[in-house]
Amino acid sequence: MEATLANEKIEVNEQGYLLDMDQWHEGIARAIAAEEGIELTNRHFEVVNFLRKEQKNGTSLSIRKIGKSGVVDIKEFYELFPEGPLKKASRIAGIAKPASCI
Amino acid sequence: MEILDAPVQTSIKKEKSLKKIMIINSKATVDSVYAALILANGARMEGIESELFCTFFGLEMLQPKKMDHLHVATVGNPGLHIPTMIGGLPGMETLASTMMKKEMDKLDIPTVSEFLEIYKASGGKIFACKLAMEMFHLTKEDLWEDIDGVLTVGDFYSRAQDEGCQIIFV
Repeated sequence: MEATLANEKIEVNEQGYLLDMDQWHEGIARAIAAEEGIELTNRHFEVVNFLRKEQKNGTSLSIRKIGKSGVVDIKEFYELFPEGPLKKASRIAGIAKPASCI
Repeated sequence: MEILDAPVQTSIKKEKSLKKIMIINSKATVDSVYAALILANGARMEGIESELFCTFFGLEMLQPKKMDHLHVATVGNPGLHIPTMIGGLPGMETLASTMMKKEMDKLDIPTVSEFLEIYKASGGKIFACKLAMEMFHLTKEDLWEDIDGVLTVGDFYSRAQDEGCQIIFV
């Protein structure tokens, strides 16, 4: 399906995750974050850019890996993206919904 | 031009009906402890308030000396498909436990001590059962330093009074 984000037509799945991560830019991240009730700061973008980099490398993301990344610890990750950090951060980063149980 | 009968509806966000989960673990086996940790931590990952209550042998997962040396049962565990008499041989339980831990490591599943830290950093709470501690002659000093408290059954239920709270016994 198509969604209008930052005045652009973007292909997303029914849960609102981008289908093509290359359609992403910061404006789209801000639009999705606003839907999630989050105002993005530089700190958020550091995490989001890390997630995009990992996704490009083909790594399957988990909270544990993010905690070990050196970019953000788990406590701060939950503070930056409250109520479902991995799912919310992935959606804002324009990458697929993570399938991790840990 | 097409005219719509009704205005286009913006998506309405559904209020979550499950707001808090309380997990009880009474066993020290690898399968029971990990089921409890994955459920409790998974709730936090979904933005659900989460509390983990350990009682009886479940207290082993809160004892630093024991938490990373838990075993899988090789006797009385038909899922393992080891005949009971063989499962009872010396060293079988250690062997099976080591093999299972290797498989878990391949899947990037953390050790119990690391998992407790991940869970705690996520905002999850962990409690120990007062009566079981007395039974096993354990004091708070024997338990992991970051637990949130020691509870009676009454304390436990008083924490379950919020709307949208569910209790799971692992």
